[in-house]
Amino acid sequence: MAGANLERLPRLLALVPYLQARPGISVADAAADFNVTEAQLRKDLTLLWMCGLPGHGPGDLIDLSFEGESVSVIFDAGMSRPLRLTAEEALALVVALRTLAETPGLADTDAVQRALAKVERAAGGAVDDSTVAVELDEIERLQPLLQRSIDEGRALRLKYYSASRDETSERTVDPLRLFEADGRDYLEAWCRQAEGLRVFRLDRIEDATLLDEPAAVPEGVQPRDIAEGVYQPASEHLLAMLRVGPAYAWVADYYVAEDVVEDGAGLRVSLRVADPAWVRTLVLGSAGQVEVLSPEWLAEDLRAEAGRALAAYAGR
Amino acid sequence: MSGTRAPLRASQRSPRTGISFEDMAARRAERLVNLVICLLSTRQFLTAERIRDAVPGYEAADGAKATDEAFKRMFERDKAELRELGIPLETGRNSTFDAEDGYRIRRGDYELPAIEFDAAEAAAVGLAARLWQSATLGEPARQALIKLRAAGTDVRAADAPGAVPHLDASDPSLPALLEAARTSTVVRFDYQKSGAEAPLRRTLEPWGVLSWRRRWYVAGFDRDRGEPRSFRLSRITGPVETVGKPRAFERPEKVDLLDMVSGRRWGDDRLALVGVSGSGAGQLRRIAQSEVEGVLTINFTDRNWLARVIAGAGASAVALEPPDLVDAVVERLRSVAGEA
Repeated sequence: MAGANLERLPRLLALVPYLQARPGISVADAAADFNVTEAQLRKDLTLLWMCGLPGHGPGDLIDLSFEGESVSVIFDAGMSRPLRLTAEEALALVVALRTLAETPGLADTDAVQRALAKVERAAGGAVDDSTVAVELDEIERLQPLLQRSIDEGRALRLKYYSASRDETSERTVDPLRLFEADGRDYLEAWCRQAEGLRVFRLDRIEDATLLDEPAAVPEGVQPRDIAEGVYQPASEHLLAMLRVGPAYAWVADYYVAEDVVEDGAGLRVSLRVADPAWVRTLVLGSAGQVEVLSPEWLAEDLRAEAGRALAAYAGR
Repeated sequence: MSGTRAPLRASQRSPRTGISFEDMAARRAERLVNLVICLLSTRQFLTAERIRDAVPGYEAADGAKATDEAFKRMFERDKAELRELGIPLETGRNSTFDAEDGYRIRRGDYELPAIEFDAAEAAAVGLAARLWQSATLGEPARQALIKLRAAGTDVRAADAPGAVPHLDASDPSLPALLEAARTSTVVRFDYQKSGAEAPLRRTLEPWGVLSWRRRWYVAGFDRDRGEPRSFRLSRITGPVETVGKPRAFERPEKVDLLDMVSGRRWGDDRLALVGVSGSGAGQLRRIAQSEVEGVLTINFTDRNWLARVIAGAGASAVALEPPDLVDAVVERLRSVAGEA
């Protein structure tokens, strides 16, 4: 029985001030707001009609008036305001509002901040700012905004970290779709700088801004088929042959290799490289575990780059 | 008092007979509403006996006067329920001559302060309440909306855009830990560490609760270990018990919950200084805590990993401190340059 009241009593206490703020509201609308059936709401109203100030004389009881389908409060018996938010209720709202504030593109951010301040004030210290925090990762944060850009057909400004180039740059893109592959989230979009379709890993997008201008994907451009993998080698890409040591054997699995041959303790891997920059990062950091066998110019390039880097440590 | 009257009027109330379960529940709800109205309308503390006279519904089921014992039971239950709903039921005496405690509800403590939202704010609040995916905090969020609506604002759960972040709070221990952190109350719980065979009893001074990567954590001072620790809520087995009274410990002034939870444990980190130039060294810039005039400050625990990233950046990055990191980078570069 207590359980039933824990649901009903808060509604009964809120109902009188609710109706008072909306004279003549229809029973159907009120029922919808309280998420109950009209029949239940009528039962609640009948019950409230039996309640009132001690003594329960004619002028002491809650008085409601019904006109057709609408209802008004004539006398509220002192129930003029709703009950304060409990600590838990305030917290549930505050945490959700903070999450919203951290998520761009979902709601008017200024309005979220204003609402947050008002709820915190109304909670009167029930919520301690510092004892609860919500940290969204990049993907949770950005997905709503990216989805919106696709739904509304608007261009995006991206700040993106390219692992293959090991640099972060800004670009304007026309989004096509979001997809998930091999447990990762991606955005496929037309990149205006590169003038081509590009796939962006969501965890490498550092920032995204929704632009007012419409997305303009060139005529005839279709999302690529990713059934064969997100990154597809193309014949026009550079063919590189690497010797990789045991600690780097994963390279053969991670990238789509054209050929893999056992080579002593390690492997000899041939693969197509869209951008030699990632080979550079891989080799330079590998402590000799990855070596470029061909093309020779790339191998030479890397030796020279390592020499330039070492120049900064002259004397060691 | 216009319009079509409902058929029922309070003065026509008749003693109830043949009471069903639903009637009982309704009768109790009615009594509780009357009790709230009564206690709100008084400035004086009312003794239980006066409440019994003033509030209808404390009679026995057949309408006869309840025994003192039955009344006491009903009244205790009612008080507990009001308090559970967050109604500030106050206990006290009007004068030193009073023989027993009385009760009242101070209007200022009961009522939601004035709060108004414009349309955009109301939309934000409505949307926020929808982020909760489970009842643990979703239900309180809905209750909060009901109260805000009752305060006069039209806060509607707006149509959510295509994708919203999901706030999951399905861990049953969450409300108890939130409350304990808020009130600085020590807690005790059983914790199943991954890889451990049996759960271990933990006593914690909770500093705060954090949602990170879709999981909830509590962080604080672990009394058993004597150091700051964090715990994943999904690994807490069984109920969270409170130990002692609120305000039992002092929370450190500066606590970074994320640092504690993400494993950047205090004391374990080392500090690296790395010089960067040009537009390269993107990954180093991403993990750096700060960049001042081309010098990055980076917290690290794994020297080999950081040496790999620095060497991988080629001439765009130079390791400056500490010396063992510099040596590791130089060694890596030498093996590529062919000087090893």
